[in-house]
Amino acid sequence: MYQVTEKRDVPPNIKMFKVRAPAVSRKAAPGQFVIVRTDERGERIPITIAGAEPEEDTVTVYFAEVGASTRDLGRLGEGDGILNFSGPLGNAIPVKGYGEVLCVAGGVFQGVNLYLAKALRGEGNRVTCVQVAKGMDHLFLVDEAREACDESYAVVDDDEGGGLKGLVARLLDEKKMSRVFTFGPVPMQRAVAELASARGVPSSVNLYPVMVDGTGMCGACRVTVGGATRFACIDGPEFDGASVDFDELTSRLRYYTPQEKIAMVLNERGVI
Amino acid sequence: MPKQAPEERKSNFDEVALGYSEEQALAEASRCLGCKNPRCVKGCPVGVDIPGFIGLVKERRYVEAARRIKETNSLPAVCGRVCPQESQCQMSCVLGVKGQPVAIGRLERYAADYERSSGAQGPARTTRGGGRVAVVGSGPSGLTVAAELQKKGHQADVYESLHAAGGVLMYGIPEFRLPKDIVQAEIEYVKGLGVNLHLDSTVGRLLTVGELLRAGYDAVFIGSGAGLPHFLRVPGENLKGVYSANEFLIRTNLMKAYRFPEYRTPITVGRSVAVIGGGNVAMDSARCALRLGGEKVYIVYRRGKGELPARLEEAENAEEEGVEFMYQTNPVRFIGDDRGYVTRMECVRMELGEPDASGRRSPSPIKGSEFLLDVDTVIVAIGQSPNPIIQQTTDGLEATRWGTIVVDEETMATSISGVYAGGDVVSGAATVISAMGAGKAAAASIHNYIEKRGQSAT
Ligand SMILES: Cc1cc2nc3c(=O)[nH]c(=O)nc-3n(C[C@H](O)[C@H](O)[C@H](O)COP(=O)(O)OP(=O)(O)OC[C@H]3O[C@@H](n4cnc5c(N)ncnc54)[C@H](O)[C@@H]3O)c2cc1C
Ligand SMILES: Cc1cc2nc3c(=O)[nH]c(=O)nc-3n(C[C@H](O)[C@H](O)[C@H](O)COP(=O)(O)OP(=O)(O)OC[C@H]3O[C@@H](n4cnc5c(N)ncnc54)[C@H](O)[C@@H]3O)c2cc1C
Ligand code: FES
Repeated sequence: MYQVTEKRDVPPNIKMFKVRAPAVSRKAAPGQFVIVRTDERGERIPITIAGAEPEEDTVTVYFAEVGASTRDLGRLGEGDGILNFSGPLGNAIPVKGYGEVLCVAGGVFQGVNLYLAKALRGEGNRVTCVQVAKGMDHLFLVDEAREACDESYAVVDDDEGGGLKGLVARLLDEKKMSRVFTFGPVPMQRAVAELASARGVPSSVNLYPVMVDGTGMCGACRVTVGGATRFACIDGPEFDGASVDFDELTSRLRYYTPQEKIAMVLNERGVI
Repeated sequence: MPKQAPEERKSNFDEVALGYSEEQALAEASRCLGCKNPRCVKGCPVGVDIPGFIGLVKERRYVEAARRIKETNSLPAVCGRVCPQESQCQMSCVLGVKGQPVAIGRLERYAADYERSSGAQGPARTTRGGGRVAVVGSGPSGLTVAAELQKKGHQADVYESLHAAGGVLMYGIPEFRLPKDIVQAEIEYVKGLGVNLHLDSTVGRLLTVGELLRAGYDAVFIGSGAGLPHFLRVPGENLKGVYSANEFLIRTNLMKAYRFPEYRTPITVGRSVAVIGGGNVAMDSARCALRLGGEKVYIVYRRGKGELPARLEEAENAEEEGVEFMYQTNPVRFIGDDRGYVTRMECVRMELGEPDASGRRSPSPIKGSEFLLDVDTVIVAIGQSPNPIIQQTTDGLEATRWGTIVVDEETMATSISGVYAGGDVVSGAATVISAMGAGKAAAASIHNYIEKRGQSAT
């Protein structure tokens, strides 16, 4: 069992957990994820690491309650135990001196983005951070980003493009960015990657396809990058934004939508 | 041996083979001649004392019979169910020359099941004082290394990346061939020897092999298996509805998707299912697909019936349950609908030429023989390579270009001093008992290595 030592609600449907996992906390790095199983009947849920506190033996994660499994997890409170918490999995994002970098995050991924931004700044990069949410009251970690980054922006964008695209395009045009990092919903990451590519700036996207084991044994997480099939759990989750087949990724993410809907309704009614 | 009837079993996940009654076991055991120079033992990769345990069964001393097996094989209830005895111990049985060999596997299963259900306590923990060994992976090879080392007085700590121990026994082989509570009971026995089991621990990520050695382990054994699925590399393979056999089986067996939504992991099985491949993994996938509601389940295999790599018994079981076999057929592409789900598969007929290096006739496509098959679900079961994480994260560990770890065949020592490997990660996908044989050999040389180190240190 891995104990939830701290829990926080973030609107509209996000939970922050600090989880006691000493070995994971000593090894975790930005870009890596954990696989969590709430209880015996639980799915293996991948969640990105948003911070590690080895001095407290804890790992921080943020997750959105979007379906039955994440709701099961969200019902746990401080002091409760999570049955399985496996990680760190996936490759860490190489944190080194790039120069001027842009870190763009949407939705639940603000913590993850900040974890990377801090590490990049620690290596002497000049970090500009952009936070996107669907509504004013859905923005979070805004003050923290202001403090941690050289420059930071928060935008509301409900059509997956408009306001965000304008801002990112302006930042890319104003400054000579060495690299763009992005986390978030697929359409948002895609838009950011396309803006970067159009200006010849390398971009690093972070892909979250459906996963099962997270160790390269099933191929559920296969994505097409540069025309070749790769497994996001062992070859990623970070990939070159210019080479990813986003249409395929979007389609594969909808694989279990009919089943997920059933599970969600039954879960809401307390049947399962 | 009594079995569930095909009509009934094809819609449940309960065990197919029901096992001997006591009378049947005694009758079968009485056929054993108790040879002075038993050939069957030589056919067993771990050298179980076969006449010895069968002798005890004859005397109705079943618990002792199980204990006798466990002296050399820690997983008898598993091996009694899944070993290919027909090509190992039973192949060498002298009775087999003229008639039927003794059904050694079924007797092994009987003794092990008897001991387990009798609740007889396992042997006490062995004393400590020897070395400390880290074992990577809790499949048959890792469990065997751990149990053997523990019996020799060392402390074995097993690191397993999944949330359950057992490797393929848990995630691959279906419940109806190998019930999971039986696997767990045998793992409890191994734990009872004093083995520590660390789940959720992916070596190479959480801890590297180098870190394990630096943390004070005298030696490391790598038994990480061959779990990386191969794909066909044909167009449309990433459509929804196309699974690797491993994904299909992991969802079904490890995650119990057949009980969705009570168990949260979903699986999709349409009316028409095509399983690509002809091995045991393909048979298991096809039989799971039937039980998950597939109306038409095809095995699509590029060679002929005579070349099927699956055990005959498994192919027969599948056929009895209603799986249809399409021989000399190979998929060339998958076609999907506008939502990205697979709906059809284009296949080509194959002709068989001269035998190739493997001794099997090599298939080649017949031009113009393409045809379409309606499919809702495709399961690709054409093989696996070693799990790659350890090879990628261990400096100085020699591996082949197929990803298998290179070892000295006798000692199982790798290119790094103190690091040993065995099972599927060395041989490529093989069998439970060969992985256990490798584990036994590795445990013996790890024991020698630790003893020698101890001597040179004093
Ligand atoms: C490597 C990795 C890292 C991730 N990190 C985070 C994270 O830090 N925080 C977080 O909130 N989520 C993260 N996710 C997504 C998270 O795992 C899924 O949201 C979760 O598994 C959904 O489970 P569910 O049963 O609650 O919802 P489901 O019922 O399975 O799904 C409900 C809805 O969520 C969508 N969905 C399902 N799986 C995914 C997925 N993998 N990615 C995106 N959408 C999905 C479905 O399409 C559906 O619309 C990550 C996924 C991966 C693969
Ligand atoms: C569907 C199927 C059916 C089969 N049927 C039969 C049969 O009937 N009879 C038979 O004899 N054989 C059968 N086999 C083959 C047999 O199961 C394997 O040969 C055997 O399990 C190999 O044992 P192993 O210990 O080498 O590896 P595995 O059983 O593969 O176990 C390896 C373990 O290591 C873990 N691991 C991997 N990487 C890491 C890491 N980095 N850190 C920590 N842990 C890690 C894995 O999660 C896994 O649990 C079957 C195989 C499959 C897939
Ligand atoms: S999640 Fe199974 S291979 Fe990536």
